[in-house]
Parts: sequence; structure tokens; C-alpha cells
Amino acid sequence: MYNLVESLRSAFQSIRAHAFRSFLTTLGIIIAVAAVIAVVSLIQGFSHSVNSTFANMGANSLTIQSNETQEDYLTGKVVKVTPDDLQAIQHDVSGISNITPILTLADFGSGAIQFGDQTAYAGVFGTTSSHAENTSFYPVMGRYLTPSDDLSHRRVAVIGQTLITDLNLPKNPVGQYLEMYGQWFKIIGVLKKLGSIGGQDQDDRIYIPYGTAHSLLGASKVPDIQINLHVNNLKDLDSVVGRITQILRRKHQLKPGQDDDFLVQTPAQTLGTFNKILNSITLILGGIVGISLLVGGIGIMNIMLVSVTERTREIGICKSLGARRRDILMQFLIESVILSLIGGIIGLLLGYGIGMLVAHLVPQFLGAHVPWWAVVLAFGFAGGVGVIFGIAPAAKAASLNPIDALRYE
Amino acid sequence: MSPESVLVLHHVSKQYVMGEATLDALKDINLSIYRNEYVAFIGPSGSGKSTLMNIVGCLDKPTSGEYILNGTPVAQLDDNALARIRNREIGFIFQNFNLLGRANALHNVMQPLIYRGTPLSERKRMATQTLQSVGLGDRLQHLPNQLSGGQRQRVAIARALVGKPSILLADEPTGNLDSSTSRDVMAMFDELHRHGHTIIVVTHDQNIANHCRRVVQLMDGQVLSDTANAIEGEPQEALRRV
Repeated sequence: MYNLVESLRSAFQSIRAHAFRSFLTTLGIIIAVAAVIAVVSLIQGFSHSVNSTFANMGANSLTIQSNETQEDYLTGKVVKVTPDDLQAIQHDVSGISNITPILTLADFGSGAIQFGDQTAYAGVFGTTSSHAENTSFYPVMGRYLTPSDDLSHRRVAVIGQTLITDLNLPKNPVGQYLEMYGQWFKIIGVLKKLGSIGGQDQDDRIYIPYGTAHSLLGASKVPDIQINLHVNNLKDLDSVVGRITQILRRKHQLKPGQDDDFLVQTPAQTLGTFNKILNSITLILGGIVGISLLVGGIGIMNIMLVSVTERTREIGICKSLGARRRDILMQFLIESVILSLIGGIIGLLLGYGIGMLVAHLVPQFLGAHVPWWAVVLAFGFAGGVGVIFGIAPAAKAASLNPIDALRYE
Repeated sequence: MSPESVLVLHHVSKQYVMGEATLDALKDINLSIYRNEYVAFIGPSGSGKSTLMNIVGCLDKPTSGEYILNGTPVAQLDDNALARIRNREIGFIFQNFNLLGRANALHNVMQPLIYRGTPLSERKRMATQTLQSVGLGDRLQHLPNQLSGGQRQRVAIARALVGKPSILLADEPTGNLDSSTSRDVMAMFDELHRHGHTIIVVTHDQNIANHCRRVVQLMDGQVLSDTANAIEGEPQEALRRV
């Protein structure tokens, strides 16, 4: 039985004997692993926060929004999902509730919000009372929008918490008045804190009644809205999506064969698309890292070959003392694997450090998150590189003729 | 074959092919060495004594002829079996000590036991004991470059002894030592012989050979003479010959 502990001791001894050279040798691995861990930790941190936010939204909710196809773009057709579409869905689709329009006012006016001499910018959305239920964005102070707010086009606003600091509002700002789009809005509620997704603050938002938003735009103008709704029974999801698609295609007068000019999405789908993109990015980065590991491996092989030549005499001595081929093979193989794994560990710490630093330096950035599989993968690859690129030098060492090796000067 | 014979060489020849030319390093060597013999292989350089040592030490195989070590014909053995023989039956002592430079005295002496799979604590105990027996009990943690030539050779001797081999094979053991250290080392071999070790010393130096009880003189790959050595103050051994 070969003594593994002894091999490890010998490997560490030899690496320590050439500490600086060993460091340079493993630098390729260090950089490759650090790169993968840093990037993966940031991507995963991003994905982690997005996923947990989506998890709050519930699988039963559907989003409908306009989606300009290539053809629409070329023909200059303006694609919209309209309040009319909403009416049609409301009448013709069963098994749904909480049908909520969302009108984004981002493109309208200056978007500046004022309180006293303070100015801030925020996303302003016109929506109805059911929006809170669909998204579970409930107020922590005051109240949410009500149907009567909507019907009488009241100038009231529910605000996100970022605005309290940005506008220097009192701790409980309910009852205060904001100025936006040349109108005064009374603050009726403050939403719970949501944090940020992908560097995007979720708390710098203002919700006003849908009717109010529509009249701000000008009642004659047909707005492009987003529709949120709740599917009562999850097993009806597919049929509801099919029914909505059918209604909208008819209303938008799409011919068979023509692409939809709208999107019906569940949070799961949105999340799926998002994750697909992240996975491709991860794969591409994986490829790049693979190449750097290859380069790192060649560096290790090079130095191991030098090391075998340098230690030819030592190999001869060991053979004269009764070392078998596999003893020598294992000794050198373990050395190159240890070298790679040390590179892996340093790279891991470095990459994690870089990820943390980036997450820390860019305030809006999400926290870095290193998933266990990335650690296992990085180590696996580093170890694999050690084995693959250590085999040739180790085999060379093992096959040395003891007499020649002993004579080597 | 006498049951006490440690090794027997039957018509052993060794040829080296060097391009077109064939060099006969050993020609038809017949030799038996018995337990507790103290033998010198003496001869000038090129006489074939190193080749003979390599074959006896299982570092090399004869081109023809038979080499039987402890009753086992060596020719049929594979690399692993030869490594095992080097590990268990042979204790090498080299002219230039051949210690592992990065390992201290203790680890150098433990090295052959590693290949045998001896557990660490046992290894440590055996190596420490052997180093104490060669007078280096206080140098266990010293690296080779912190030791004098004589001390290094004693580490090498301890390393050869630690596995309790059948034969100690010393190749010019005093070649790199000054004369007084050489005397110490040879005195140690004499002592080991008295304790029952079988020792083969390869040398070109008649003074070294004089320590041995039997001198095999080699010339041009052949045994020129094989004689018993009279040692003053000791009864001459009855040498057994094939």
C-alpha cells in the first residue's frame, strides 16, 4: 500500500522548497479560478435576489404587455395593449380576477417630483387597488389606492420608501403633498421596503390611481398599458393564456401566421427567460475560464517537467531504495494536483474577495453569493488540470531507468 | 547449492550496445556469496565492477546467465518485484551518499520503509534507533548539507541498514571522504560484519579491500582472482568456494 500521507508531505516540501516558482506556476490557475468565482458570485447574487423577489409574486399571476415584432418595427405600426383590450379580457375570460391595468408614466413630462425645495425622480405608475394583491406590495403606513380613488381621479399617491429620504419627507409622510406633472398629490400610503433587484432600486416608485394617470396623459389618448391578473386556479393557467391570446389576436386583427404583437407571461416564464440568459452568460464565461485553466495547466506541466529533470537523481535514489513506478508516478502526480489545488484555494479566496469588493463598492449592486457548485466545479477543474497536465511529467519520472537516474548530474 | 548462499551468479554476462560496437562489460561471471561474508570487488575503472554491483543490486539485469538471490532467479521478475527486492534485500551505500537533500536525516532513513508500507510511528522508531546505532542520535533533524561528509555517509549507512537487508552493497563508500573519516567508515563496516551482516564493497582501493575477508579482483569484465584475506589477530575463515 502506498503511503499517501508521505506523498502529500513530500509534495508540500517540494512546493515550499520552490515557493516563488510554485506561486508563479500556479498563477494561471489562481487567475482562472478567481475570475470564475468573482463572476459567478456576482451573477449568482444577482440571480438570487431576482429569484427571491419573483418567489413573492406568486405563480398564479399573469402579465400582458405589448411586444413589438420585427415586422411592426419595419412597417412603423404602433403596438399597444389598450384599456379596450382589458375590457375584452374582463368580459370574455373566466376564472380570472384582480385584473389590473398599469400605466407607466415614465415617458410623460419631466418626471420630476418635488417636495418643498427637494427634487427627486421616480417611476410613476397608474394602477388600481388590486395591484397590491397581485404583487403583494402592501403599504406599511397609511392605505393603498381604492376603487373610489380611481373613479374620481383623485390626486393621491402611494410612495416607495426611497422617496422619504430623497425628498426629505417626515418619517410618517402620510398627508403631505407632492408636486408632479404640475399637480399636487396627497400622500396616502408608504409601501413596504423591497430592496433592489439587479442594482435596480425597487423603492423609488410612486403609484397613483389609474384614472388619474390616464387623465394626466390626456383622456383622448389611447395609452399602452400593462395588464396584471390573477388566475384563480393554477390548472387553468394554460387555457387562460390561450383564451387571452385568442382575444387579443382578434382585437389586434392579426392574420394567421402573423406573430403576436403582445406577450402573455407568468412570473415563472419571465424568470425562466431571465435564468436562460444568465445561464448562457455563465456558460460563455465558463468557456473562457476553461481556456485560462488550460493555459494554467500547460504552465504546471512545463514546471513539472523541469522539476522531473532537476530531480532525476532524487528519483534514481528513491528507485534504488525500492520505489516502484507507481510510487514515483503518484509522488509527482500528487505534487501537481496539490499545486493546482493550492492555486484553486487562493483563486477561490481571491475571487470571493473581488466579488465582495465589487458588491460593496457599487452601492446599488446586489450582494455576492458563491454557490457550492461553483466551489466544487472550480476545485474539480483545478484538480483535473493537475491530474491531466501532471500525468506526462509523472510518467516521465516513473519510467526513468534507475542506473541512468543515479548517474545524472 | 549451499543453503547459506545469499547470491549465486551463473555464467553472467552483460553487453552494452553502443551504436555499431558491442561492449562486453561482464564476461561469464561465476560467483557465490554466502551469509555473513565480507567481500570486496576490486578492479580499475572499466573492469566491470560497477556493472557487477548494479546486477547484484537488481538495478540492472544480465544479458545472459542466471542471477539467483536468496534462492529466487531474478531474471523472470518484473519491475515491481525488482523494486521490492531493492527495498527488502539490498542496502545501497553510494560514493556520493545520495541522500535526499530536502529531507532531514530521520526522513532519509525512513524513506525505504515508506515503500514497504511501515506505519509512521514504527518507521520513526526504527529510523531513530538505527541512526542512534551509527552515532547520529543527536542529528535526527539535520539536513544533509548541515552534516559533515562522514556524518552523511553514516546517515546513508543507517538508511541501508534500517530495512534489515540480506546484503549491504557499498559502492566506493569512502571515495568522497578524507582518510581519517574513511577509517571510521570502514571500522563501521568491520563492526557490521562482526554483527553478522553480509557486505559487498566495490572499490579500486587496495587499503579498503584489505578490510574485507574475501577479495574478488576484476579485470576486463572477468574474475581475475578470488582470494581469502588474512586478517591479523583473527583466525582465517575457511572460505567456501563453488
